[in-house]
Amino acid sequence: MTSLNFETIFQSKIDDETKIEPKDWMPDAYRKTLIRQISQHAHSEIVGMLPEGNWITRAPSLRRKLILLAKVQDEAGHGLYLYSAAETLGADRDDLVQQLLTGKAKYSSIFNYPTLNWADIGAIGWLVDGAAIMNQVMLTRTSYGPYARAMVRICKEESFHQRQGYEIMIAMAKGSPEQKAMAQDSLNRWWWPSLMMFGPSDSESTHSDQALKWKIKRKSNDELRQQFVDVTVPQAEYLGLTVPDPALHWNEARDHYDFGEINWDEFWSVVKGNGPCNRQRLQARVKAYEDGAWVRDAAIAYAEKKEQRKLAPEAAVKAA
Amino acid sequence: MKNTWPLWEVFIRSKSGLSHKHVGSLHASDAEMAVENARDLYTRRNEGVSIWVVESKHITASDPDDSDPLFEPAKDKIYRHPTFYSVPDEVTHM
Amino acid sequence: MKDYLLQLADNALILGHRLGEWCGHAPEMELDIALTNIALDLTGQARSLYQRIAELEGLGPNGASKDEDDYAYLRDAWEFRNSLLVEQPNGDFAHTIVRQFIFDSYHYYMCQALTQSTDEWLAGYAAKSLKEITYHLRFSSEWMLRLGDGTEVSHAKMQAAIEDLWTFSGELSTPNEVEKNMASQGIGVDLTKIKPAIEAKWPKCSPPQTSRPPLVHGCNRAERTATTLNTWVSSSQKCSSCSGPTQDRSGEH
Repeated sequence: MTSLNFETIFQSKIDDETKIEPKDWMPDAYRKTLIRQISQHAHSEIVGMLPEGNWITRAPSLRRKLILLAKVQDEAGHGLYLYSAAETLGADRDDLVQQLLTGKAKYSSIFNYPTLNWADIGAIGWLVDGAAIMNQVMLTRTSYGPYARAMVRICKEESFHQRQGYEIMIAMAKGSPEQKAMAQDSLNRWWWPSLMMFGPSDSESTHSDQALKWKIKRKSNDELRQQFVDVTVPQAEYLGLTVPDPALHWNEARDHYDFGEINWDEFWSVVKGNGPCNRQRLQARVKAYEDGAWVRDAAIAYAEKKEQRKLAPEAAVKAA
Repeated sequence: MKNTWPLWEVFIRSKSGLSHKHVGSLHASDAEMAVENARDLYTRRNEGVSIWVVESKHITASDPDDSDPLFEPAKDKIYRHPTFYSVPDEVTHM
Repeated sequence: MKDYLLQLADNALILGHRLGEWCGHAPEMELDIALTNIALDLTGQARSLYQRIAELEGLGPNGASKDEDDYAYLRDAWEFRNSLLVEQPNGDFAHTIVRQFIFDSYHYYMCQALTQSTDEWLAGYAAKSLKEITYHLRFSSEWMLRLGDGTEVSHAKMQAAIEDLWTFSGELSTPNEVEKNMASQGIGVDLTKIKPAIEAKWPKCSPPQTSRPPLVHGCNRAERTATTLNTWVSSSQKCSSCSGPTQDRSGEH
């Protein structure tokens, strides 16, 4: 069969909603797109541990501390599920991690913003996880089997993440005037970066069309962003907080909220590495990797020694 | 050669009475660590009562290109299925 | 009773706090998850114990009862009853593992004995916690061997960590007044009885040349219950004889 035939069969499987599995034939570009997207997603989970991990030692109650520990731990788990999915495509996890550490691979820009007060932990759960869930729910139906299965698992686990965030926001927004001010400040800082999480607008997005055709994505960036605004604005109203967008209003005719233009200069600037915490986040990951090298080496050396010791008595018997 | 922990495939029995099912993979330097990492990664929410791990390189998989000769021949052997046979309505418990 | 529970709770809280500091910075991502799991177990144990103390204390003079967070967050540094070992900084991964192993081997045998407590609540608490601690001890024992018997580099780092931390091991198995009192009533654990078991565990996880005879001297908590500092407040002053923090005001400990 020619590769053209392969591609026709491949596309017809996609059109019939048959999942693509690791050893199935797939176009190189499909494989590459998936490795790039899945590993970026994995990197985002791992880097995403840092801004929240920052508050584990300062959580205001034991209950909150346990919740936050469990949540950040889940993020490490989600990173690993995703690396695991990427590895089914023939990628090597260590290579992918190297791409992150050398700045070649991207991760979600949202994690390049700082967590300045406790309400930020609430806002991250509510807005950042909320935005991530929109994307991830869509991805549970993505065409590549291992990615879809990882997403099902992640979505099941993530549902508590957003709720715990909103619970923190309720406590702060309904608390003392100082607490409410912190909650508002936090919303002010996280709202726009959260909208940016859905990526460039459809007219600018380079990968969108092909990803939709291959059913890697099933909704466009702008569709997901609109969906996020529509569900989140009423949640902000319930909290008695103001969304920092003067252009925001309900459009009866469209049956959607209209909202203001994203500051795309800021978006591209942070993507290119000039956000408030880009350097700090990467440095933390590089340090963990470098400081951990002797531990990883020792574990391998020990496993080899143990294996040799297991074999050694046999060799001795044979020699005798 | 790169010094990284090898890849292991993880299988979890979710409760007694069910088979182990593949759930994903992880990295570990040895088998004990692989079981512990699997416990921490794949059973954080009570998802399992038993874990199998096997180094990925030890798994042999069928080739998808062979799927026609492997699996097609079974499709037309409809006499293996109970619905192939007609039994009078009066006869029960069969 | 309350003081005894506080000792148990503070150890769990502070060690869990230290382990939580690793989250996002561990030598491998699988280890982020493993260390966090232990931190979750320990923080959960501390929580149960504080809740129990609050229950035993009942209503205060103001007519309100305390809750777990009053103990965890609203006490001053010198009111904490944790052993010095658990508040030691994470250091490198070797220090974290050695600290964990010394604590886990004490914690395991202590908790095992505590399941026989005449106090029904404590016995139940111990039975539940023992399952978690059994896993902790397995984890730290395996890592003692991996790192102690891994590469030359890891061996040297483990040796250094043992030199730094061994001095704190004595305190865990040397009963103070509170522990003696509780043991005599059959409520608490008689540490002198479990000490041989703890010490027998140590050489098993110390490969040749990494092993060092357990230091019996250590710091005795009973002598300085009022001076224990904890991770919320760190002290730069160290006692010249045992490297323990000295008390700020009197210089005694």
